[in-house]
Amino acid sequence: MIHYDKVSKIYADKSKALDSVTFSIEPKEFVTIVGASGAGKTTLMKMLIAEEWPTHGAVYLESANIHKLNKREMNKLRRRIGTVFQDYRLIPNKTVYENIAFAMEAAGRSDSEIASDVPHVLELVNIEPKIWNFPGELSGGERQRVAIARAIVTQPDIVVADEPTGNLDPTNTYEIIRILQKINDLGTTVILTTHNKGVVDTVGGRILTMEKGKVIKDDKHGKYIL
Amino acid sequence: MIFTTFKRITRTGFVNFWRNGFLSFAAIVVITLSLSVFGALIFTSAFGRTLIADVKDKVDINVYFTQSSPEEDILNLKKDIEALPEVARVEYISRDQVLTDFKTKWQDNALIMQGLDEIGNNPFSAILNIKAKDPGQYGSIADFLEHKNPLAADGTPLVEKVNYQQNKLIIDRLGRIIPAVEKTGFAAAIILIIVAVIVVFNTVRLIIYTSKDEISVMKLVGASNIYVRGPLVVSGIMYGIVSGIITLLLMAIVAYWSDAVILRFAGVQIASDFELVVNVLSRYFVQNFGQIFILILGAGIILGGLSSYVAARRYLKV
Repeated sequence: MIHYDKVSKIYADKSKALDSVTFSIEPKEFVTIVGASGAGKTTLMKMLIAEEWPTHGAVYLESANIHKLNKREMNKLRRRIGTVFQDYRLIPNKTVYENIAFAMEAAGRSDSEIASDVPHVLELVNIEPKIWNFPGELSGGERQRVAIARAIVTQPDIVVADEPTGNLDPTNTYEIIRILQKINDLGTTVILTTHNKGVVDTVGGRILTMEKGKVIKDDKHGKYIL
Repeated sequence: MIFTTFKRITRTGFVNFWRNGFLSFAAIVVITLSLSVFGALIFTSAFGRTLIADVKDKVDINVYFTQSSPEEDILNLKKDIEALPEVARVEYISRDQVLTDFKTKWQDNALIMQGLDEIGNNPFSAILNIKAKDPGQYGSIADFLEHKNPLAADGTPLVEKVNYQQNKLIIDRLGRIIPAVEKTGFAAAIILIIVAVIVVFNTVRLIIYTSKDEISVMKLVGASNIYVRGPLVVSGIMYGIVSGIITLLLMAIVAYWSDAVILRFAGVQIASDFELVVNVLSRYFVQNFGQIFILILGAGIILGGLSSYVAARRYLKV
């Protein structure tokens, strides 16, 4: 279980990104976090992978306070969370295969596992023909599929997707959401942030609505109200 | 697992080195220039030491004896002088030898040879040629001779003159200049080495700065620090190795090219007068190649590897 306990984030310029946010996410849930730009969605996600530190409060994964873990424990935690970024964050001088293999290498997987799992996961996200291409040779939708492949290849407990469809056309958007749903069906917790109403309507399920750093609505079968 | 990790880090480092072609090229150029500074210092030092040794070797004092001085007395004095701690060596040149040397030197000059014939007998004195261990020590040797003032059996002085006073000015200057040159050279070398290290470190830091997003992504997928930093260090070591090899080639070219240049600029006569200076760099390069190889390649590896290691540290704090 993931638990945000009165988490606030105040930056040096006194702007408040999160304001005493409290909620929990159960294993295998598909949670969509919606809100306008600047509502605090990305900061919330960054807290989970310890890319940001809370000013007040704490974020727990099971019983562990994420921000109190040592380096080794932090690396292990991050291997349990697959992250998909809006800007893909693929490594430009590595091929598609190498970008995904790297996540497996970091997780300590053997060469034979990597050789068998990478093509398999690329098949799952329908990008296998581009296996030896570099990110610069791919379209936005293709890059996002690679980013998803990288996030799920280690079979993490949780996948965090921060605006994964922000730069995509409707066809690719639908494809990415379908992949995320498939991952969730296989038992992985998925946390998706978006400000795209169409995406929310497609996904359904639990929806957390954020505004000015606060969760203003938590609806198990809600709709995008903004 | 450790072997697998090492293999992956090394492979990734090699691949990055090859794929980041322009950045690798830039790093190699900068490190090569810095190592060339080391190389230039090695050569300058070798050349300077040889030149100083040659100049020191040229400085000496001659003790000229009266024509009636018995050889036995001169040889006794030679023994006394050799016993002095400041003295490196003493050479006795008999009157006959001085005459023979003179004739050999001027054999093509008919006028001088004719003059010598007209004198009839040997007009030269026997000589003791004295070389001190250090140019600054000739004064005390001259003092010794002055105070000893050796006399022949009949009470007449043995020594006609010592040419120390004539050479004193140049000997004193050399005694001051040589240590000053050595100290200045050492200080200049330290400054140049510091500048070279800073330039290399900043270049490598800039190269790693361009990878900061990749580093943060690697950290966010759970890669350990060694997994992220290792390939960067391997690439840094590669920069150092390639730069070291290029620098050694440049040094070899300079060493052999300098022989021809010295001969051309100094002229054959001067070059033969300063015999030691000719071929000094090529000879030094060949004789000390093992040490130079380890020094240049080691400096390259340490510069590249350590700069990468240190520069990557700040981006690992994700």
